[in-house]
Amino acid sequence: MGKVGVVLCPCELEGGSSFDPEVLVEGLKGRKDVLPLIHHQPVCSESGVEAIRAFMEGNGLDRGVMACSKPELFGPTFKKALRQWGLNPSLSEVLGIRPIAEGKRTDDLQEALHVIEEGIGEIQRRKPAKGPKTPFIKRAMVIGGGITGITASIDLGNGGYEVLLVDRLPSIGGRMLQLSETFPTLDCAQCTLTPKTVETGQNPHIRLITYAEVESVSGGAGDFAVRIRRKAAYVDWEKCTGCGLCQEKCPSKVPSEFERGIGPGKAIYTLSPQAVPNKPVINPEVCRYFTEGKCRVCEKVCPTDAIDYAQEDTFIEERVGAIIVATGFDLYRKEEIGEYGYGDVPDVIDGLAFERLNSASGPTAGEIRRPSDGRVPKEVVFIQCVASRDPERYMPYCSRACCMYTAKHARLYKHKVHDGRAYIFYMDIRSMGKGYEEFIQQGMEEGILYLKGRVSRLFRDNDHVVVWGVDTLTGKKVEIAADMVVLATAMIPSRGAKELAEKLHIGTDEYGFLTEAQWKLYPVESGVEGIYLAGCAQGPKDIADTVAQGNAAASKVQVLFAQHRNSSLLRSDS
Amino acid sequence: MKIEISRGKVHNEFAQKVEEISGQNLFACYQCGNCTAGCPVSFAMDLGPHQVIRYSLLGLEEEVLECNTFWMCASCLQCTSRCPKGLDIARIMEAIRLVILRKKERLDRLEVADLSEDFLERVPQIALISGFRKFTS
Amino acid sequence: MEFLYFPGCTLYTKAQNLDEAGRACAKALGFELKELSNWTCCGATFPLAKDNIMALAPPARILARAKEEGSALTTLCSVCFNVIKRTNELIKGDEEKREKINTFIEMDYQGDVQVIHYLEILKREVGFDTIKGALKRDLQEMRVAPFYGCMLLRPSEEMEFDDKEAPTIFEEFLGAINCEPVDFPYKIECCGAFQSVGAPEVATECAYAILNSAIRNGAEAVTTTCPLCQFNIDNMQREIRQKYNGFPGIPIIYFTQLLGLALGLPVEKLEFHRNDVDPRPLLEKRGLL
Repeated sequence: MGKVGVVLCPCELEGGSSFDPEVLVEGLKGRKDVLPLIHHQPVCSESGVEAIRAFMEGNGLDRGVMACSKPELFGPTFKKALRQWGLNPSLSEVLGIRPIAEGKRTDDLQEALHVIEEGIGEIQRRKPAKGPKTPFIKRAMVIGGGITGITASIDLGNGGYEVLLVDRLPSIGGRMLQLSETFPTLDCAQCTLTPKTVETGQNPHIRLITYAEVESVSGGAGDFAVRIRRKAAYVDWEKCTGCGLCQEKCPSKVPSEFERGIGPGKAIYTLSPQAVPNKPVINPEVCRYFTEGKCRVCEKVCPTDAIDYAQEDTFIEERVGAIIVATGFDLYRKEEIGEYGYGDVPDVIDGLAFERLNSASGPTAGEIRRPSDGRVPKEVVFIQCVASRDPERYMPYCSRACCMYTAKHARLYKHKVHDGRAYIFYMDIRSMGKGYEEFIQQGMEEGILYLKGRVSRLFRDNDHVVVWGVDTLTGKKVEIAADMVVLATAMIPSRGAKELAEKLHIGTDEYGFLTEAQWKLYPVESGVEGIYLAGCAQGPKDIADTVAQGNAAASKVQVLFAQHRNSSLLRSDS
Repeated sequence: MKIEISRGKVHNEFAQKVEEISGQNLFACYQCGNCTAGCPVSFAMDLGPHQVIRYSLLGLEEEVLECNTFWMCASCLQCTSRCPKGLDIARIMEAIRLVILRKKERLDRLEVADLSEDFLERVPQIALISGFRKFTS
Repeated sequence: MEFLYFPGCTLYTKAQNLDEAGRACAKALGFELKELSNWTCCGATFPLAKDNIMALAPPARILARAKEEGSALTTLCSVCFNVIKRTNELIKGDEEKREKINTFIEMDYQGDVQVIHYLEILKREVGFDTIKGALKRDLQEMRVAPFYGCMLLRPSEEMEFDDKEAPTIFEEFLGAINCEPVDFPYKIECCGAFQSVGAPEVATECAYAILNSAIRNGAEAVTTTCPLCQFNIDNMQREIRQKYNGFPGIPIIYFTQLLGLALGLPVEKLEFHRNDVDPRPLLEKRGLL
């Protein structure tokens, strides 16, 4: 059994009370093989680290326990220092102690002592970890093929590392693939995105595993074993040339999730004409052959015999050294918002549906026509903060992108429907990116009527949607008989993100967003070494921010890989 | 048009009394106006409920007590049920009513004499009782 | 099945049509309404001031008495239901208030009586399917707009009655007695409540908006559970007609009257003469009298 040095960091432990951490030292006295150090300078300071070194070396300690209130901040430094002094960092632990609260001193002290004693016992029993048995694998898996995952994958691929890019949809591109234009430049989203998806598809280091979901993950940094379920596409992608004939001839017309329910899709489909990979899948839930037992039109028309109704899910097992989770977001379902009609009012759509409506590749070929009767809406109400900033009923947080995309929607609407009126109900305008405020102001000057206030209720009245809102600047209730209403609904984590996080043993917050190791200084690290987070999976953000995080996560992976210079390189240079 | 604000005025005794009777925190209101937007009687109000909350917080007792908003409130709880901050606005309106009705002058809003005989013939107890409970001290 | 029944003041006077029909229907459907002995007015408003304990005394006393005589208490009137149920929830959940109230009324009540609305009995205890099987008169898909008003629905976390934005129990009920429920956006809005006394012109506007919406959506009649709603949207149609020329008027029929009709009860028992806008021409036209 080794001798354990216990380091107590007094910072924040005292929590405003007169508590002296010496009491903790008192509590530890008399323990065999344990020596406590308390340092009144912040232990993370240069002098603090030096004091720890002197303490450890001077007492011949070879194992260490550090107790502080923010272990995620000082932990890495502590372990690195131990390594530098020739000690084995696997024989150390950094423990989190709750600050001693005013009025609860005795309880909190007891709890802190308990945590520390447990930690000491654990470290005393621990066997030193041997060096890694297997070589550190310098291959990464990126989960989620949206703009974030694409960005990270391209960075890693260009850095020479092999990447597995896994997406549950048939092709990559994610939410951005659904967008028409992007703020604040009003660039065509497809034109911005497509070169990136194509580059991803062509990068020799990136292997696309689409229509697939991660089943299980084990191991740790340098050697994660991952199992991926590749869903049956019922199309042999090796044979398929992506000619599109099957989609064209497929007789089924079903509401398409990609078109947000406002346009039809086919039972055999690709997400877009520029899909990467450009290979279709069959949705067996709506396919006539799967549901009714006859049809087989796609099989008949396929020139390469690629249709395979007997195809089954397959599994891919791989080993990777690092993982980036970029699983993106969903929108809060308007079907759950009672005061806005539970999704039952046909001309009330969400922001992504408006993107499809405005897209040249969308159901109306980019013409603004409302879903119920195809008429061009002349009175259009946009509502911000729907299910956001609502701690009582929905999500308490700000979804960050809605102020901007709503202004974009209203402007694009005005550009297409000159005699139409766009109203935006808002609470505050949050336009903090570069060029954003100017973009909003231009929209106002173009004649968008901003109404400061929430909308309490909307309902269908013949061929109108009646909107009961308020203009708090005049103080008056406002009623608008709108032709169409667009809801900027809250961003929420994408379906299944929480379950994935559990498989990865990384944390999620109460809403299901992945939690970073520390908000300010470790924004793309998860709590697990070798696993990184990026994009809206971590919290709502716009494309610019999400891309920055994708870059950051890729950079972190490269730093991790670079630290293992001497292990065997698994690169796909060959 | 001008109001002077100071720490003595903001959240003054009046505002605190409203908070105490209603059990609501006026500072929690972020002035989204949802209460006014959904209020079935806001058409008849001088100020929207959200404005009354604002005026109260600022300590503008006179302006608040002069407006008809809280007298118009029918306690239908539509505002309460949709307030994103969980404020029970109907309780705030009740509190302001009571600030007046509990004054020693006992300034009742309603007198039986105000009601016509024809109306008294027609009106059911339930309306009379609830009305008099809301409008008299 | 036996339920203690709290009629409330108005059901003994102006709303005898709601009460009589309710009692008769219970008999016809085989559940017993045992009138609570020695009941008083519930107060007709749930006190919204945190410090108003006195106004909680009447409903608390009603509940405490109910506890002595049974375990489940029902009402027909939405206002009584709201006041008594909210008081019950408060007594159940707030120990401090409970003690104060008990001291005040000199009784010991812990909040353990079940407060259930008559409509809930029809749905949960009797079952709408049973009602369907017991129909004696065909209401021929008469188009009826169900007016919920406020008191059944809000505050929803205390009332736990139905979805506060899109309730359906009333529609299910109407479907069961072979009426066609007319959906209309104002079904969850306020009738003006006690403003018919304080500011009648305001209540009139509320009622007009509700009725107009029901009529525009094709209703032949509106149904309610509440004598206060009934007064505002039925009796006050006089004021509406004075203000809005050409307002066609629409009969307002208590849900128990419709149920009684469908169960084939004698028409005299249903007291249609008490409704202000006479529903009998409509019923006659439909061959229901």
